[in-house]
Amino acid sequence: MEREIIIETVGIKKSFMVGRGREITVLEDINLKIYSGEFVSILGQSGAGKSTLLRIIAGLVEPTEGQVLYKGVPLKRANAKIAVVFQSFALFPWFTVLENVKVGLVGKGLSEEEMNEKAIKAIDLVGLDGFEDAYPRELSGGMRQRVGIARALVVEPEILLMDEPFSALDVLTADNLRGDIIDLWRAGKIPAKAVVLVTHNIEEAVSMSSRAVILTHNPGKIKADIPVELPYPRDRNSRDFKFLLDKIYTVLIKPPEEIPFLLAAGRYQFLPHAKVGAIAGLVELVHDKGGRVDIYALSSELSMEVDDIFPLIEASVILDFGEVKEGDFILTEKGKRWAEADTLEKKEIFKDSALQNVQLIKQILQVLSTISKHRVSDEFFIDILKNHFTPEEAWNQLETAIDWGRYAELFAYDYDAGELYLEEPSTIDM
Amino acid sequence: MKIPISIPAETFRIRAIDVLVIFIVLGIISFIIYIASEWGTPYEETLEIELNPSNIPYYALQSLARIFCAYILSLTFSIWYGYTASRSRIHEKIMIPLLDILQSIPVLSFLPGVVLAMIALFPGKRIGIELACILLIFTGQVWNMTFSFYHSINTIPKEMKEVVKVFKFNKFSKFLRLDLPFSAIGLVWNSMMSVAGGWFFLMACEMFILEDKDFRLPGLGSYIQTAANKGEIEYIVYGLGTMIFLIIILDLFIWRPLIVWSQKFRIETVPPEEERESFVLNLFSGSIFIKKIIELISRTINQIEKLSYKRFSLAYSPVMNNISKILGFLFLMIVLISIIWAIIKAIGLVSNVTLSDIVLIVKSAFYSLLRVFVALLIALSWTLPVGVYIGLNPKAAKILQGIVQIAASVPATAVFPVILLFLIKLGGGLDIGAIFLMLLGTQWYLLFNIIAGASAIPKDLIEISKAYGIKGLRRWKVLILPGIFPYLITGLITASGGAWNSTIVSEYVSFGGEIMHTAGLGALISQSSASGNFGLLLLATCSMSLIVVGINRLLWKRLFIIAKAKYTLE
Repeated sequence: MEREIIIETVGIKKSFMVGRGREITVLEDINLKIYSGEFVSILGQSGAGKSTLLRIIAGLVEPTEGQVLYKGVPLKRANAKIAVVFQSFALFPWFTVLENVKVGLVGKGLSEEEMNEKAIKAIDLVGLDGFEDAYPRELSGGMRQRVGIARALVVEPEILLMDEPFSALDVLTADNLRGDIIDLWRAGKIPAKAVVLVTHNIEEAVSMSSRAVILTHNPGKIKADIPVELPYPRDRNSRDFKFLLDKIYTVLIKPPEEIPFLLAAGRYQFLPHAKVGAIAGLVELVHDKGGRVDIYALSSELSMEVDDIFPLIEASVILDFGEVKEGDFILTEKGKRWAEADTLEKKEIFKDSALQNVQLIKQILQVLSTISKHRVSDEFFIDILKNHFTPEEAWNQLETAIDWGRYAELFAYDYDAGELYLEEPSTIDM
Repeated sequence: MKIPISIPAETFRIRAIDVLVIFIVLGIISFIIYIASEWGTPYEETLEIELNPSNIPYYALQSLARIFCAYILSLTFSIWYGYTASRSRIHEKIMIPLLDILQSIPVLSFLPGVVLAMIALFPGKRIGIELACILLIFTGQVWNMTFSFYHSINTIPKEMKEVVKVFKFNKFSKFLRLDLPFSAIGLVWNSMMSVAGGWFFLMACEMFILEDKDFRLPGLGSYIQTAANKGEIEYIVYGLGTMIFLIIILDLFIWRPLIVWSQKFRIETVPPEEERESFVLNLFSGSIFIKKIIELISRTINQIEKLSYKRFSLAYSPVMNNISKILGFLFLMIVLISIIWAIIKAIGLVSNVTLSDIVLIVKSAFYSLLRVFVALLIALSWTLPVGVYIGLNPKAAKILQGIVQIAASVPATAVFPVILLFLIKLGGGLDIGAIFLMLLGTQWYLLFNIIAGASAIPKDLIEISKAYGIKGLRRWKVLILPGIFPYLITGLITASGGAWNSTIVSEYVSFGGEIMHTAGLGALISQSSASGNFGLLLLATCSMSLIVVGINRLLWKRLFIIAKAKYTLE
């Protein structure tokens, strides 16, 4: 199905004059399409011109070059159904909540009753029923922003623009409000066809939007346009979520030249935190039970949490010792062989499997064999891993790889020096 | 168990206050009719002001009506001018300096032009002189209100202006829902100051000499002036007493309720510890009649707003915008051309000014400059601590504000004769006395602005400096002075303008049948206006404008730019 383009920016450039004839370009060459049904986040460091871009889309600021198309025709504020939620809430302190929300309906030719009805509906929607007659100064920050949102929703906009709407709120309030907005959006209760959210908070972007547009700064250009295809409700602790978070973080801080490589490289293999001994224990146990077990039954039998067994199973799957089917864990032929083998044979099978299947171990060996003294500091690998993982996770990954590599006698680790090295460089033939 | 009474008794009961409200409304209506009938009569050139105290109510009502009319005129003008000036850079570049110049022109310099024009428009009718008088009071009231409104609408936070654009308000809605509420606090304070200024110049405006011809209108100002001319202290006291009484009544029934009510328009996040109160406001807000009137007014305004979208739905259409821009530009051009025409005419007037006149002007200007400077210094030395104290303490404000306002509204001109007697006895005469007379009139601008500034310091900042134990001199340095700085500068600008303005009444005083004057630019202007030496009048006025505007540009404006850039709280 062809999706409708609500807003399209064509070659937007914005520059300001500062001082005597000096010009600062805040935005350059912005070509962006916003489709119906999208929740787009615009991310960038402060000063990247995110808010200026939002204001250009809203028709509040004229671009220096280029134009904004609203459903295919050049944007005119008079006929575009656009609403904005502001960072500072921008409520009128002399109006009550109800009057503030009705501000959105001024001059729309509605009777007082119709206006009240619509406004009260919007107020109820954002969860402020009962506060209609309160003044903004009586409300908490979170509640004030809810008024701001109700004021935007009451006009039933085609597109809802939000300019860092949560950054003036405390963490819990912001989280709560984000959750409520996502719930409303998913339930189709937000009348807008598309939402654009300007933020500097990566987690906010990943938890809410369906697409993240990342801007460079000085001048602001589109650096990356990353789809966020995680199912709602989004679990912040899930690996996919963290992966995306890391990826966007990396894109944000890396220079633009490196971005295509980063994005093309796809996902870096994640090693579950499992020691070889524990993996062997699991594989042998399953082999004894006939090579196939129900994961949940196993966990209760071992009186372990499923979450504790999971890394072991995942490690087995990566090493090609087993597979997961319909909630069962089944050993492969290789897995069975590994379970039956003696210690030396076990090492050989594991070494083959690791060299074939584990990206990080392959990379470590490659590096160690190309360097003449065959010794490399662990920090070197951490730096590589930090492109793909949080610093903490990077260390976990390296630790697992060292454990597996040592077991397979592929390389050794000098704990005191913090260095990885090859014991018998000549035997390794890459 | 008690059963709650389901019908609130208040809904039905007409309270005593309602009866009062009805009487007040009837009173206002008959007052308007009375004034209309009075001002419609032909002008009596031989009008004598009767000093019999039984005439005082009759005089007082008329003066009140004049001040009220001048005030309404000032308000309308301020809003129009402020808006037009902030519409574009060109408007701003022309209109704000123009405002500076206009503000620097003393009331008496407007006098010949205004009076002669009005006499020409309404020959032999009293309404002509009345209008002239109102216009003169207007020239004393309007400028600071205009500055205040212009300043307010230029400091509206960006995001609030954007709200107006996003939701496509037309100009009327923007005015009604954003600009007017946002500027309300400043406008109320400045209105109070302006009306006080109206009382100040009342004597000069109701009774004056032009080309050796005596003009006088029945009013409180002319009553006091006549009493002073005849040296009748007893009658001066009667007139002054009435004036003070009126000022107290106005303060109680209009200004204080307005100030309390305007607190609603504060931009602040933290609620204040203690709300200011006005018992009159509390009393009247209990009246059903008032409620009905307010409901009716707000409904009417809403209807007008709705109509404004239907009838004039051309808001934001670029064509209309351009047309109105062109019209505005044309209007401005017409104003400019008439100014140029006036200048050409004026050159004709100036041609018979001699060299000795010019020397006189320079000498007088120097003396006046010295007096203004000393007066400002004295004013600043006491208004700064007192104003900050009042502004930061709502409790103190409750008591002191009333006293200060009454003191401020007592027209120094009326007290002049009494003080003059004193000064003459002490020696030094009018040379030094004029400084005190100027002080009496202008220190209030400073005080009111400092109070407004101190009460606008956000509560969070006050609390945080308390939390960090910032006290004494440091508190002044980090919190109070930066907090009130923009207001202080505004106050100083108006006060120095006001001081210059008041030179015309403080350097030239008529008392006990004789005229006393000292060397000064103000005295020169008063003298040349009375004697009809228009060339000298024009030149002296221009010099005064030049000095005032020059000081504004070179000193105050620079400070103001710093204030705006550094100390505006947004």
